[in-house]
Amino acid sequence: MNHLRRNLLKGTGAAGTVAVAIAAGLLKPSQVLAAEWNKAAFNAKTMADAMKSIGAGAPLDSKDIKIKAPDIAENGAVVPIEVISNIPGTESIAIFVEKNATPLAAEFKFSNGTEGYVSTRIKMLKSSLVRAVVKAGGKTYTAAKEVKVTIGGCGG
Amino acid sequence: MAYPIKIRATMEGDVADIKSLMNHPMETGLRKDAKTGKVIPAHYIQQVTATVNGKVVLECEWSIAISQNPFLGFKVKGAKAGDKVTISWQDNLGEKNSADATIS
Repeated sequence: MNHLRRNLLKGTGAAGTVAVAIAAGLLKPSQVLAAEWNKAAFNAKTMADAMKSIGAGAPLDSKDIKIKAPDIAENGAVVPIEVISNIPGTESIAIFVEKNATPLAAEFKFSNGTEGYVSTRIKMLKSSLVRAVVKAGGKTYTAAKEVKVTIGGCGG
Repeated sequence: MAYPIKIRATMEGDVADIKSLMNHPMETGLRKDAKTGKVIPAHYIQQVTATVNGKVVLECEWSIAISQNPFLGFKVKGAKAGDKVTISWQDNLGEKNSADATIS
């Protein structure tokens, strides 16, 4: 089998280099895409689509993820939120607001010793579950917290 | 730059507590101007990168659901007092900004 492969490689030497060049050419756009803003995920209109497009198909419920957010947010334009993941090897945290027009609010990727913790402020259209999705060791975990919004914060 | 970034980085034990406030309108593209009735175009930060001494520690991708003048807090284990923290962002119109601070 190996001999055959060797012969094939020799025989198609010239064509091979072209193929490699094409492969390299093809590789480049995907690498660029990886570093680019995940448009599909952020434009997804449903939770299921948004979860899928960040590669979190069926996350497991976890008690090791804590979401700190107010029970009642008076102003939906500024809702303080903290996500703490105590799962070892947490690689990323994504925050979803289930009832926003586009549920994915933000994704945070950690490296070089950054702890599974993030604190920010988000906008919420109306009362909704705020869901955190954590990726760790090739698995995805999730937890959610209900936040009631008195005045919505998306749009006029 | 038009939109300054404020960073405060302090050591808490062996973990650096880094807090940052970025000035940015974070327009959703859904709001209408009250006077003209025209939609205000979307203008929001899409990507934020934080480094400590040049090493990437946090990469963020944001949507329009991040509040105006975004706040970002995170914790880096293994960083030391005196290390340099850099936070930079890029928005959907291609504008960029970055700022440095020293961990104290």
